Amino acid sequence: MNMESARVTGVQLPGPTLNRQLGRLTLLFLVMLLWPWVAPNDYLISLGGTFFINLLLIASLNLLVGYTGLASLAHAAFWGLGAYTSGMLASLAGVSPWLGTLLAMASCAITAAIIGIPTLRLSGHYLSMATLGFNAIVTVVLVGLVDWTGGPNGLIGIPAYQIGELDFSMPGAFFYLAWLLSALIMASLLFLSRSRTGRALQAIRSSDIAAACMGVPVLRYKVSVFALSSAIAGLAGALYAHQNLYVSPDTFSFSISILLLVMVAIGGFGRYWGAFYGALLFTVLPELLRSFHDIELLILGAAMVLVVGFMPGGLAGLFERLGRRRSRS
Amino acid sequence: MSSTIQIIFSGLGTGSIYALIAVGFNIIFKSTGALNFAQGEWAMMGGILAAFCFNQYDMPVWQACILAGLAVALVGAITERALIRPLVNHTPFAITLVTVGISLMTKSLVMLSLGKNPTGYPGLSGQGFVSVWGASIALQTLWILGITLVLMALTHLFFNHTRWGCAMRAAAANPSAAALVGIRHSRVVFGSFIIAAGVGGLAGTIITPLTLMSYDSGAMLGFKGFSAAMLGGLGSLVGATVGGLILGLLEALTSGYVTSQFKDAAAFCVLLLVLLLRPQGLLGKAEVTKV
Repeated sequence: MNMESARVTGVQLPGPTLNRQLGRLTLLFLVMLLWPWVAPNDYLISLGGTFFINLLLIASLNLLVGYTGLASLAHAAFWGLGAYTSGMLASLAGVSPWLGTLLAMASCAITAAIIGIPTLRLSGHYLSMATLGFNAIVTVVLVGLVDWTGGPNGLIGIPAYQIGELDFSMPGAFFYLAWLLSALIMASLLFLSRSRTGRALQAIRSSDIAAACMGVPVLRYKVSVFALSSAIAGLAGALYAHQNLYVSPDTFSFSISILLLVMVAIGGFGRYWGAFYGALLFTVLPELLRSFHDIELLILGAAMVLVVGFMPGGLAGLFERLGRRRSRS
Repeated sequence: MSSTIQIIFSGLGTGSIYALIAVGFNIIFKSTGALNFAQGEWAMMGGILAAFCFNQYDMPVWQACILAGLAVALVGAITERALIRPLVNHTPFAITLVTVGISLMTKSLVMLSLGKNPTGYPGLSGQGFVSVWGASIALQTLWILGITLVLMALTHLFFNHTRWGCAMRAAAANPSAAALVGIRHSRVVFGSFIIAAGVGGLAGTIITPLTLMSYDSGAMLGFKGFSAAMLGGLGSLVGATVGGLILGLLEALTSGYVTSQFKDAAAFCVLLLVLLLRPQGLLGKAEVTKV
């Protein structure tokens, strides 16, 4: 599967230098900092916070699927695991949300390692299969353990983040927190993709046998990247829980995992900037649903077929090509 | 005692459906190497189309079922021609992702054209029950078991004793060698989509009288069929049958004796265990390469 996914994502042309990418990223995040001043109401500001959460989700899935060529079908489950871990610790045991967030990330990473170590040993579809079952189990457990998780009605009474007097339940304050965290993670991911480790991951995607021949510890890297990606999903989950102060099992179902995969594909597999397009789309999707009503599934499905089948670089690849053509002429 | 028999029969009934869907999965997996996410949607489509024929045109149930199965096979054929064949790169990874898109499209097209309400129709011999050792078994369950048996036998005969079936197996075993002796791989893929869709569609039509069918039932059916295929060993027909029946029985026993709340979890836990301990599936051959 790894060898083929390289062809799906297309061979990456040598992109701009790290410094230029970093400059672009800084500029982008500085511009995004203006959102709370521009946005006309609190709802749109909180939507900004949601965008950063989605960015973490999609970028981490892209790290796994796009860069390393491992398809996880349980990304939403890890998102939910993070949200419920931190949410339940805070609302039932009174643990500080900050500590809860760290514990959420740790629990996601450990779970991912437990699933990853036996299944990533084998080449092929085994990770996809195991994660498929895992997502179903998580959904059933979240719905079933009514006393702890609130069952199908969801978990209520989750406190917001707080530092002393500063309360992050206001959309404005939360926006800056999510901004800061996602800026840190996105910068780290940029460094990671350009580092020796990042190149090793891309080598694994192209051919794990070739990578092993070059001395890349394939299993260790695969498990680590799966754990890392799941931990970031857990962070996104904790942020989500303490932003909305409420979580429900529907948000973390298998179909959402599929939807996340579609978003990564539309943004562009293995493209750093693809995560931004995917996250933007995933954020405005509920708004689109309102205007398109029932045909949104059709549009999404068609987009998935179109992008994967005929435009492997996704939106990021498309814009890159357009940019290159303009700079040539 | 009678309740145990009842539980076992209902488990075997749903298990047969999972087995049929798993067979569809396996056929496409063999010919393309991809996991087909649209398989469950095809089963859903079969059930809904049969209900449409029955309610709208007053067809006899058997006629509606056969017509719906053929229609779904046609949909499979069109899907392959229109969306799979023109792909830029025919890698398993790309095809798998494209079938995710196809499943979303199928679901939404069914919803837009035939509505959102769950539909159903009486079984092949009405809604009768038959008494077996004191347990009352729905007649439709017996029909399901019989039809599954016949379909499995037909699939087995097709793949082992016909020219076309052998050609398809050859292409699955080694595409380039098969191409050298004149087997067109694109036709094999085409054929596999038709068979998989037809079998899936028929499976949907025979389960609908027991469970009703709505546009969003496909995902769960596909899910279970996929698990059954993995449980038995991906790519093996016997494995799909055994996997499906085990999965169905497990679910029925868990919901009968423990709690129906965790029946899905129980099935998937067994699945995860099998994946961890015996990744090639219960009956699969150990073709797994370790890295």
